[in-house]
Amino acid sequence: MSILIDEKTRVVVQGITGGEGTFHAQRMIEYGTKVVAGATPGKGGTTHIGVPVFNTVAEAVRAEGADAAAIFVPPFAGADAIMEASDAGVRLVVCITEGIPTFDMIKVKALLKERGTVLIGPNTPGLISPGKAKIGIMPGPIHKRGSVGIISRSGTLTYEAVQQVTRQGLGQSTAVGIGGDPIVGHKFVELLKLFREDPETEAVILIGEIGGTAEEEAAAYISGEFPKPVVGFIAGQTAPPGRRMGHAGAIIAGGKGTAKEKMDALRAAGAYVAVSPAEIGDRLRDALSRAS
Amino acid sequence: MKIHEYQAKQILARYGVRVPRGETAETPAAVRAAAEKLASRVVLKAQIHAGGRGKGGGIKLAASPDEAERLAKDMIGMTLVTPQTGPEGRVVQRLLVEEALDIDRELYLGVVIDRAREAPVLMASTEGGMEIEKVAAEKPEAIFKEYVHPATGLQAFQARSLAFRLGLAGDTHKQAVKFIASLYRAFEGTDASLAEINPLLVTKQGDVLALDAKMNFDDNALYRHPDIQALRDLAEESPLEVEASKYNLNYIKLDGNVGCMVNGAGLAMATMDIIKYAGGTPANFLDVGGGVTEEAVTNAFRILVSDPDVRGALINIFGGIVRCDLIAAGVVKAAKALGTKIPVVIRLEGTNVDRGKDILRESGLDFQPADSMKEAAAKIVALVR
Repeated sequence: MSILIDEKTRVVVQGITGGEGTFHAQRMIEYGTKVVAGATPGKGGTTHIGVPVFNTVAEAVRAEGADAAAIFVPPFAGADAIMEASDAGVRLVVCITEGIPTFDMIKVKALLKERGTVLIGPNTPGLISPGKAKIGIMPGPIHKRGSVGIISRSGTLTYEAVQQVTRQGLGQSTAVGIGGDPIVGHKFVELLKLFREDPETEAVILIGEIGGTAEEEAAAYISGEFPKPVVGFIAGQTAPPGRRMGHAGAIIAGGKGTAKEKMDALRAAGAYVAVSPAEIGDRLRDALSRAS
Repeated sequence: MKIHEYQAKQILARYGVRVPRGETAETPAAVRAAAEKLASRVVLKAQIHAGGRGKGGGIKLAASPDEAERLAKDMIGMTLVTPQTGPEGRVVQRLLVEEALDIDRELYLGVVIDRAREAPVLMASTEGGMEIEKVAAEKPEAIFKEYVHPATGLQAFQARSLAFRLGLAGDTHKQAVKFIASLYRAFEGTDASLAEINPLLVTKQGDVLALDAKMNFDDNALYRHPDIQALRDLAEESPLEVEASKYNLNYIKLDGNVGCMVNGAGLAMATMDIIKYAGGTPANFLDVGGGVTEEAVTNAFRILVSDPDVRGALINIFGGIVRCDLIAAGVVKAAKALGTKIPVVIRLEGTNVDRGKDILRESGLDFQPADSMKEAAAKIVALVR
């Protein structure tokens, strides 16, 4: 098992004919993901990298039975692309695009709440169920199938965590990047709920960073309703307040959203918190040995 | 993006937010001319991006044009140190000269995005002049909130309710309702991330005005607001940060001595953290990003080592889209061109890692390789000691 995607997931890539879309759709296909369609307005009826292209996502869903969308479009078109995918009825939308305005995302989220579409991102590396499928831009080969779920606000820091998991002789059930923007789709709590129901997942690594309160919300959920062991790491312990640290959402504003608050909340919830990013694998070993 | 108070007031005025009459001036003579035109009593306000100006002597009341000119001579060109500027302070180049008003009450009004509720929130408080974070901590019952539904926008009843809760009545209440509605329109219309009026002034005559104004904007939305983009003041930013922004590099200057260069924002923060954990202090945040070119890497390295505080550099790359060989080639080129003497520790992992390591080895330069983040941090901290 895994969450959200597996070998049966049928993916339509929005923006497949662009540079990024082409490159990453090819990598996804190589990894084994069923990329069944592309969508680029005006290029319907053509074939690109061996994949049929449609003018709209709705046509791709009708013709090829796509049930997930991967979005590689420019930021100004990002909100529109998410809403089009949701309107076409796909179950899962993964938005890789970085730089979508916050107000656009607020409107998108208000709409998605009515529809029940699962959104991952934007500004995410995507998600991967190793050995089955990946929707996103992460390097496939570093991942290994296994029993550890990963939820992260970061890209390359997740790869670091994946490597440490591998060095413990373990693998991942699914690794999900939730995105580095202030307003994103599924956050820690929604994904923890999915990992809770996934029999293959025995422990979860949660990688947060400064800004917002998603980690505190996760801590509240973990302490009450999440029975599996959780390892936490928060990036930005040395970040100065009031500065945006690369990600649009990584900012300590009004003294709130510090790494310390988040680490304290996770610790109080019973999570194994790695203070150094090099100790994520060690804390995972602690968590699993005490759980068994 | 941040802007100056006078710029925020100009934007707000366009949306119907009432602000005091005022003009900017860059010389004492111009301050005098503005004062003569505006009122017998004026307030001089230093225009720098940092807050807390009053505490550092950046806000002064002048009872006459003579006094305004005299005060301006000291203020223009002064290095203003406030709790938010850091000890180095900022040089004042421009003053905002405003009519002085008769203060009856000082209130607070602000709009931000509430990330947990995923909606804009208006916050009003009777405790004007204080930092809202302090009020939230000490007297939370003095803060009133209204959340805005993104589909409908702010409703009149919400503005009326906030104004009533601030204890306003009659014509003052009416003015406040218009003020609140206009402020929200400005916030949404400009894709702001913060619009803060602190204090919101009620005069002895019962008028409602923005005594101070602060606006920050969503960088992601600047492409649709070229007028706001044009308000960027490079003099308010660190020269190295301005230089880095030319190459689309995310660089933030910090006060340590270990420079770092990383791909990915999360890993870049974690690298800073592990330097600290190993007993050192990071000199910067630098994310070279996913679509980086060899030229950008070369520039990133040059900017990194041109910080005079930097005594060693740590390069931490986990290649995904970014290829380790590209990073290695860029760093070698820059280090050779600059004749870099400081110790450089490099940890490469991921895509094309072996080719990257070969390039470093064959360069003949004295780079220190490391196999993990932990080892890399320990090495560089020992080398700069």
